[in-house]
Amino acid sequence: MKNFKPWLPAMLSIIILLIFLGVWHLATLPTQGTIDPNLDPEYAKLLGASAAVGQKSTMPTPADVLDKLWVNVKDPFYDHGTNDKGIGIQIAYSLARVSLGFGLAALVAIPFGFLIGMSPLLYKALDPFIQVLKPISPLAWMPLALYTIKDSAISAIFVIFICSIWPMLINTAFGVSTVRREWINVARTLEVKPLRMAFKVILPAAAPTIMTGMRISLGIAWLVIVAAEMLVGGTGIGYFVWNEWNNLSITSVIVAILVIGIIGMILDLLLGKVTKWVSFKE
Amino acid sequence: MASFSNPFDPNSKLGKGCQCGQHNSQAAHDEAEAMNTQQLGDRAVEGAIMRALFPHDETRRNFLRTVGAGTAFAAISQFLPINFMQEAFAETGGALEKTKLKVGFIPITCATPIIMAAPMGFYAKHGLDVEVVKTAGWAVIRDKAINKEYDAAHMLSPMPLAISMGVGSAPVPWTMPAVENINGQAITLALKHKDKRDPKSWKGFKFAVPFDFSMHNYLLRYYLAEFGLDPDVDVQIRSVPPPEMVANLRAGNIDGFLAPDPVNQRAVYDGVGFIHILSKEIWDGHPCCAFSASKEFVTTMPNTYQALVKSIIEATAYANKDENRKSIASVIAPANYLNQPVTVLEQVLTGTYADGLGGIQKVPTRVDFEPFPYESFAIWILTQMKRWGQIKGDVNYQKIASEVFLATDAMKLMKDAGLVPPKSNTKKFFVMKKEFNPAKPEEYIASFPIRKA
Repeated sequence: MKNFKPWLPAMLSIIILLIFLGVWHLATLPTQGTIDPNLDPEYAKLLGASAAVGQKSTMPTPADVLDKLWVNVKDPFYDHGTNDKGIGIQIAYSLARVSLGFGLAALVAIPFGFLIGMSPLLYKALDPFIQVLKPISPLAWMPLALYTIKDSAISAIFVIFICSIWPMLINTAFGVSTVRREWINVARTLEVKPLRMAFKVILPAAAPTIMTGMRISLGIAWLVIVAAEMLVGGTGIGYFVWNEWNNLSITSVIVAILVIGIIGMILDLLLGKVTKWVSFKE
Repeated sequence: MASFSNPFDPNSKLGKGCQCGQHNSQAAHDEAEAMNTQQLGDRAVEGAIMRALFPHDETRRNFLRTVGAGTAFAAISQFLPINFMQEAFAETGGALEKTKLKVGFIPITCATPIIMAAPMGFYAKHGLDVEVVKTAGWAVIRDKAINKEYDAAHMLSPMPLAISMGVGSAPVPWTMPAVENINGQAITLALKHKDKRDPKSWKGFKFAVPFDFSMHNYLLRYYLAEFGLDPDVDVQIRSVPPPEMVANLRAGNIDGFLAPDPVNQRAVYDGVGFIHILSKEIWDGHPCCAFSASKEFVTTMPNTYQALVKSIIEATAYANKDENRKSIASVIAPANYLNQPVTVLEQVLTGTYADGLGGIQKVPTRVDFEPFPYESFAIWILTQMKRWGQIKGDVNYQKIASEVFLATDAMKLMKDAGLVPPKSNTKKFFVMKKEFNPAKPEEYIASFPIRKA
């Protein structure tokens, strides 16, 4: 493979972005709708601008979205009552929920995955359960959680927990079970105690795989939070989306999508850094 | 005031006039007796119980004649905590058990009194600090209310009945102390159907209603059936949360909906639909949404409950005045409450609106706010639940109605608030010109050619 200049990928990204924005802008440009000459101005006043002008598309242009984004980012922490808080506060709520649900899942999944990985028998016995529970959508868990837990805040966290536990569990188990035999054999010949072997040999060897599982899980947790908050409501970025959808404000929904994406990327980058830090080169 | 006439008196007249014959109505007689509120309240509670146990005048009278009023009362109070209920009712102005409350609402104009009572100080006036919390959908608001996350909640008026009976959820004794609004819904169709104004041509349409247990569902089914369409066979009716309705109408997933406002007006505002008819053309004065609370809340926190219902009743009365509608529209429009353009809400509340076909309609009674929970409303809802197979078997209409729709309480609280409550717990009404007689629910169901039961 030929080497390329280091600035080339960044430049390519920017070009792709510009093309995308350009297409978007052209596609959503307000068609000079013909104003119906018979339309009663009194009547037109009662309608939305787009309906009155006879414009088909209500898709916002990139400029609209940037405007809205600026409005939201300018004052992210305002609090106009229970149902109207700034986007910063909403994100903080969502992040708190995610870290709680994800943290609990990690606390359960990693030790448990370790055990399963050490014992091929357990691995095989539990595999069907994990495979059945893994693909269940967060929205399917929600009614059950609301009904049994009887608290919507805890239900939301439970749903994040139950959805983000599986990738971590599977990856931990897989990582632990595939540690190279030679390393374990060497440790055995040196008469290393089991607990010490677990922490000094197996854990470091399996760490990169475990971290990969955690990254997948955190991604899932961030996906789930939006769905859960849309359903349960109250606070969070998911509620923000729902509230703006309620007002059919596609502009704000796109802003929220952008924000959700960026936060998700930051979370993944952070865990990526940790992964680099725990893995070692042979 | 029929509700306060003494049901323990076997000699009171059933028709016009009072028991002593000197006044031309029982109400006048009662006023002359000048009871204090305490006695009146006690009597109202006893009366409600007596009526619930013996809904037929004939049976009740025979029973009273045989055993005497005192014995009857003693016998009944053995089984029912009448004293407790009287106390619960009587302690007006007593200390509030709880002042910080959470009340859930769905962002539609039906919730106007519940919402505006917070920013306009109706709750505060009665010493309550109420947080009104926007909620995503009817199933969620039901679950949150049952789970006690909310002390009281905005519901569709069939929901307290369904919850009490355990239809669609676990059975929890639920109550409905006040109706929120009457009328205020509409059938909206996609613009492409603007030439299909005859419901007979709607075969194969896909409709949306907000919830299975909603007036919207029953009114739409009723309307379609009157035009010879079987709502379970000829069309498809799905339950779609109100905010998603306009988006679905735009996408062509549905052909129309019977929905609460502002959804209908919003469809016009966004140029995707037109208002076919207002729900008042199906049944003028139909109840829609309700203020509801669990029976447990009513009995364990009687003072709070009364203060809360009084705030709601007062807010409802305020909202009902035409001159207040515009200012209310601007109070409830911000993102914290309905999150809608002010002009949409103004059109809904003032009744001067664009119909989506180029005309401006002026219907000042498009939506009205009347709190009184008539028991006959409940009975009609129950007949429709049975008609469409949501409930099966024998239904004790009167008992369920009076247990859930707290008409007697509402009378007293309306009086306390300086309003004039209706004279009776029930009233007759017409749905598409067909009279409903609450005394004969089964006959009413049987009179419809299209039904499931």
